[in-house]
Amino acid sequence: MAKVWVYAELSPDGSVHATALELLTKARSLGDTVEAVVLGPGATGAAGPLGEHGAQRVFASDEEVFANHLAQPATQALHQLVQEHQPNLILFAYSYNSRDVAGRLQAKTRSALMSNVTDVLGPEEAQTQIFGGTKIVTCSLEGPDPKLLVVRPKAFEPEPSGGSAEVVPVQVDIPDELKKAAVGDRHEEQAAGPKLEEARVVVAGGRGLQESGNFEILRELAEAIGNTAVGATRAVVDAGWVPYSMQIGQTGTTVKPEVYIAIGISGATQHLVGMKEAKRIVAINKDADAPIFKLADLGVVGDALKIVPQLVEQIQSMRGGRGE
Amino acid sequence: MNVIVLSKFIPNPTGTPELGDDFLVKREGVEGGLDPGDEYAVEAALQIAEKTGGEVTVVSMGPEPALAAVRKALSLGCAKGVLVTDDGLRGSDVLVTATVLAKAIEREGFDLLLAGVESTDGSTGTLPMALAELLGVPSLTFARKVDVADGSVTIERQTEAGYDVVQCPLPALVTVTAGATEPRYPTLKGIMQAKQKPVDQRSLSDLGLSADDAKPTQRVTRIEDAPERGAGEIVENESRAADRIAQFLQEAKVL
Repeated sequence: MAKVWVYAELSPDGSVHATALELLTKARSLGDTVEAVVLGPGATGAAGPLGEHGAQRVFASDEEVFANHLAQPATQALHQLVQEHQPNLILFAYSYNSRDVAGRLQAKTRSALMSNVTDVLGPEEAQTQIFGGTKIVTCSLEGPDPKLLVVRPKAFEPEPSGGSAEVVPVQVDIPDELKKAAVGDRHEEQAAGPKLEEARVVVAGGRGLQESGNFEILRELAEAIGNTAVGATRAVVDAGWVPYSMQIGQTGTTVKPEVYIAIGISGATQHLVGMKEAKRIVAINKDADAPIFKLADLGVVGDALKIVPQLVEQIQSMRGGRGE
Repeated sequence: MNVIVLSKFIPNPTGTPELGDDFLVKREGVEGGLDPGDEYAVEAALQIAEKTGGEVTVVSMGPEPALAAVRKALSLGCAKGVLVTDDGLRGSDVLVTATVLAKAIEREGFDLLLAGVESTDGSTGTLPMALAELLGVPSLTFARKVDVADGSVTIERQTEAGYDVVQCPLPALVTVTAGATEPRYPTLKGIMQAKQKPVDQRSLSDLGLSADDAKPTQRVTRIEDAPERGAGEIVENESRAADRIAQFLQEAKVL
C-alpha cells in the first residue's frame, strides 16, 4: 500500500495549522504508511498533535530559515526528503505558504499536481469542484511519484487517532542563494472577536451593502449573536472597504460554520467556493434572482439595511427576555 | 529594466465556461479575452517599467485566439508580446505550461517577472511558483503591493492574519493579487498602436521542445453534477424577516 505524506504547515506562532490535522485524518485512509514533514520554529512541538492525528513519523526541523525566507528553503528540504524516502503521495493545504512549496516542488519532481482538491479517492485519483461547486470533476494522476495534491481547507473533518509519532530531525544545508526572498516585518490586521475559520457563525457582506460605512451593521449583528466573525466578498475587499484578512472565497478564507449569513451578497462562483459547506445558510438580498438563494436554507428578499438593524434589536430583546 | 508579465486568454471571463466532450474547457470558437486577474499584474508591470525606464513584454501560451489577450495587454502599454501556440499543447497541464513558458522567457531575459496569483478559469494557483523554480529565481507570491528600487523588489505579501513585508534582490518573480493595483483602461490610441506592436508567435519546436514535453500528467476521467443543496424557504415579506431569521438562528442553536 501507499506511503502518504502530509506537508504540515505551522501558524506564525509555531502551532500546527488546522489543515495539517485535516490532511492527516484523510491520509490514514489512503495509505498504510502516513508521515508528516514540518519545517520551521515549533516543528518538533507539532509532532505531538501530528502523531495524535495519524503521523507515524514526523520529519521536523525547527530552523528559522524556513520561516524567514519564502518557499525555496522549504522546497529544498522537502525535495531532499522525497528523494531519500520516496513517498507515493504528498498532501498540501491550499494556503499561501504550502501552495508556494507545492508549485516549486513540482518543477523538481516533474510529477502530477492537482489543486483545489475537495476529495481524495486513492493515491492516484482525486476530485475537485468547478463552476461554483455545481460539478464534481474526477482526475486520475499519471507519471512519476510523488503525486502532489493541494487540498482545499476544511475538505476533511480532523479526527484524532490517538497515536504518537517518532520525530526524525531534518538536517539540510540551505545555500545562501535560496535565502534571497527575506521576510521582514509582519503585520496583523485581524479584527477583534473570533477568527473566521473558527467562529460558529459567520456574517458576511457584499456589494449590496452599498458603502463601507454600512459594514458597521454587520459588526453589530455579530456582536448580538455572539461567537460570530465578520467576513466579506472579494468585491468588497478589492474596493478597499475591509482588509483582505476578511475575504471569504477561492482566494481568501474557507469557512464551514454552523450558520452563514450572507448579506448583500449575490453569490459569485469565487465566493461560493469558500462558504458553501456551511451547515446552514441564510441570505438577505434585494435581488430575488441572486444565485445565493439557490444555496440558502433561508432566503430573505429585501433591504438588508432595514432588516439587519431590526434583527439586532430582535436578538437583543430575546436575550433581555431571558435575563442574559 | 526588463519586465515580463504573464497573461492568459480565458473563454467567457465573466460567465461560466463551456466544457467539450473531451472534458476540456472550450477555448476555440468562443468569446474570450485577457483573464481579469491578469490585469492587476499588467498594471503593476507598466507602473514599474514607467518608474524605472524599462519596458514590458507580455508572454502567453494558448490557442490562436489567445492573441486577443496579448493585444489587450499591448493596448494597455506593453511594448511587445510573445505567444506560444501549438496544437500539441491542447489540454496541457500546469507543469507543461510552466515548462513551455520557462523556455520562452529564458530567451527574452528579465529583471522582474509578474503574474496574477491564479487564473480565473483554472485557479490551480501553482503555475508561477513552478515557473520560478524552473527559471531558478525566488517567488514572491500574493503581493498586495509591489515596489522596485535599487535592484531589489519589496512586496506586501498577503497572509491569513494581515501581511508580511518581503524583500528580494532581482531577478525575481512576483504574483499580484486582485486589488493590488487599479488597472487602467486602453485608450483608442493604445488600441491602434497595439496592432503595430511586434508579437512573436512560437511553436513547441521553435522552443526546442517535443510532443513528449507537452504530455499532461493529469487526466479528467469523469464529470458529474454535485448534489444540490435543497432550495430553502424564501421570505418576501420584509416586515416578517427579522423575526424569521431570529427564529432560524434559535433553531440552529447559535443564539
